[in-house]
Amino acid sequence: MLGIVRQKMLEQSLKKIPPAVSVLRSYSSAAKQMTIRDALNSALDEEMSADSKVFLMGEEVGEYQGAYKITKGLLDKYGPERVLDTPITEAGFTGVAVGAAYYGVKPVVEFMTFNFSMQAIDHIINSAAKTNYMSSGQISVPIVFRGPNGAAAGVGAQHSQCYAAWYASCPGLKVLAPYSSEDARGLLKAAIRDPDPVVFLENELLYGESFPVSDEVLDSSFCLPIGKAKIERKGKDVTIAAYSKMVGYALKAAETLEKDGIDAEVINLRSIRPLDRSMINASVRKTSRLVTVEEAFPQHGVGAEICASIVEESFAYLDAPVERIAGADVPMPYAANLERMAVPQVEDIVRAAKRTCYRSVS
Amino acid sequence: MAFNLKNPRNIINNLKSKVGLWSLMKQSHSTCCYSSCLNTIHLHRFLPLTTLPQFTNPESISHKKGHFPHFQRFQSTTTEKQIDSVPNDEHNQVLDFPGGKVVFSPEMRFLSESPSVYSQCYRVLDDAGQLISHSNFVPVSEEVAVKMYSNMVTLQTLDTVFYEAQRQGRISFYVTSIGEEAINIASAAALTSDDIVFPQYREPGVLLWRGFTLQEFANQCFGNKADYGKGRQMPIHYGSNKLNYFTVSSTIATQIPHAVGAAYSLKMDKKDACAVTYFGDGGTSEGDFHAAMNFAAVTESPVIFICRNNGWAISTPTSDQFRSDGIAVRGQAYGVRSIRVDGNDALAMYSAVRSARQMAVNEHRPILIEAVTYRVGHHSTSDDSTKYRPADEIEWWRMARDPVTRFRKWIEINGWWGSEAESQLRSSIRSQLLHAIQIAERAEKPPVNDLFTDVYDNIPSNLREQEKLLKETINRHPKDYPADVPI
Repeated sequence: MLGIVRQKMLEQSLKKIPPAVSVLRSYSSAAKQMTIRDALNSALDEEMSADSKVFLMGEEVGEYQGAYKITKGLLDKYGPERVLDTPITEAGFTGVAVGAAYYGVKPVVEFMTFNFSMQAIDHIINSAAKTNYMSSGQISVPIVFRGPNGAAAGVGAQHSQCYAAWYASCPGLKVLAPYSSEDARGLLKAAIRDPDPVVFLENELLYGESFPVSDEVLDSSFCLPIGKAKIERKGKDVTIAAYSKMVGYALKAAETLEKDGIDAEVINLRSIRPLDRSMINASVRKTSRLVTVEEAFPQHGVGAEICASIVEESFAYLDAPVERIAGADVPMPYAANLERMAVPQVEDIVRAAKRTCYRSVS
Repeated sequence: MAFNLKNPRNIINNLKSKVGLWSLMKQSHSTCCYSSCLNTIHLHRFLPLTTLPQFTNPESISHKKGHFPHFQRFQSTTTEKQIDSVPNDEHNQVLDFPGGKVVFSPEMRFLSESPSVYSQCYRVLDDAGQLISHSNFVPVSEEVAVKMYSNMVTLQTLDTVFYEAQRQGRISFYVTSIGEEAINIASAAALTSDDIVFPQYREPGVLLWRGFTLQEFANQCFGNKADYGKGRQMPIHYGSNKLNYFTVSSTIATQIPHAVGAAYSLKMDKKDACAVTYFGDGGTSEGDFHAAMNFAAVTESPVIFICRNNGWAISTPTSDQFRSDGIAVRGQAYGVRSIRVDGNDALAMYSAVRSARQMAVNEHRPILIEAVTYRVGHHSTSDDSTKYRPADEIEWWRMARDPVTRFRKWIEINGWWGSEAESQLRSSIRSQLLHAIQIAERAEKPPVNDLFTDVYDNIPSNLREQEKLLKETINRHPKDYPADVPI
């Protein structure tokens, strides 16, 4: 009974979605290139310049210019009061930042990687995420937690975990995962401006990658809406939903699939919580097939949630079971050959897409 | 992952203030030597121990270009004499470490794990409520003293009545502050209303002092429609934006770094205010306590840490909690000024907090106050403390060491209070409380849509959907839902 009611409600909300054209953002012809690193740096710079309440906090963010140079030049520009090098205590500086946010300033906390955020996770969940609710709106927490997430290259088990699913399961948090430079700029700006606590999951290997950016993206008022996914590549045969680095892999897989006559639609989730269920469902209703891709551990992951959403709302439209591509269910090994086998590769995505199309994968 | 190799330029800038090393560096002629030396320090950490002897002769080092006396650090096994003791300048070398000047000593002496004498405890009134001679304290006017006393009595009565209410099954849970009334009220009286309070959960007296009414306390405990918390939290999790009292959170010690963050922000905003945080002896074992103390010192934040050392963390006595001489001594370890105070002496508490506040705000420094006291009540209504401590010990502290009685004696000696005023106050408060409970109990509960609001700043569409679904389900099956929950 509930399922039918939900389907009805989804149909109503789908009807409200404007035609797909507006969902697509076309780059202007001026194809300027920008790395993710520069995109994040410029976003931080512009938001700090626009709002004196914004300040940065983290290990090595100041003098060292950022462990990954994301905060380069900001200490010189804004001074040590607004760019704080902290002692080594994730629990400590996260708690301090949340306290500052309670007061009303807007901290942007950097974790050297989100693996280290586990030492601070009580403050992220119990002190930040739940506080607006527990205080019934009296205390808002306009804080952003950002840093590299997921696997890098050869950094082993304690530096490679993806935390998207963990944080996205908690009400009160918003969780974003940019892919391109446009995503990085627009979503970080949106995160800083948002009055709710936001977890912003970057990717170390993407920091140096360049993406084309339009003039609109470069404007200091540019902002992307939180909770909206993006169709990176339009298609009609199978939907591939991914986030962060896996979007790049999905696009490459789509190129390979094209040669085999399969036209894949690639969705860049951008926002893990809130998940853009309506766009994913609309896409699956068009293609009837779905492959979810994530680098993270498979159990209780983002792919599992997307699959549940499809089954609840678009079950009748599926022509094949949902395929879920994820990292191996083991702590990340170090040896390069083992590491390669522990994360999804483009071929895995291609084979999964073919399976949904009942094509042979040999 | 990033290495913690600091920018050499930054180290040089930091050291410019320490003249000694600067002159040492000038002797080595160039800053290039210094940077290459830094690189060598890192390598040095991986050299096998057998190669260490080559650095034993200090003279040989200073002649070599690029070698720094830093290397001596690895082969010296002597601990430095405490700076407090007068160094013999003729014999003892002084060295500039990045942290500052350090005096060497050829005598191996470990710092003791416990002092020969326990750290002093500041008190002004003796157990009979009389001023101790030669005491120095911040004077309190009759008006303030009487207000403090009335609030202490109100807190005591509030606790007694609400505890009874829980035992009668009218509220689900309660936490008393019996025995800690002086800490609660006197500290609150010494602060201003602009000072931001981050409580643990045994400090409702601070809210009371600031003007939270008995009805408001009752509403929160009953989780009714008038509760500022919209019925979302267990009893005693009070909070008030207006009174600058941050909502109580059940997690232990998490409020301590929050206070430091707020204090830092107050400093950035150049406000004439500080942050104040309370916690118990048990809370000082949490990592958050250490991180916060350290941070407060490094960031020079105007924050007052008030530790209610009441001897017990549920059933864990302080002897199982830590082995230091209480909490105040830890301040020095972090570079934080501290004091130990008799927590049952309202005047001493008032003076200490008042002075602490001045130092915090004017000098931008954290202050640690350890208020020694005794938790007379059980940890909460879920606890029966006679199971782990003797009942006569509890009784003794309740009667002979009651902070309320002690302060009463002092104001009576001053002629500011009498037995008639006493009985009037007590009966008035008690009837007000019973009345407040009656009203709170009968009030409506919060509406169903309060389940879904405030998760985020704006209610998201999925929660709106769920709310709609829930209301439809309730309308279709009203028998399955309680009648007193408004939709």
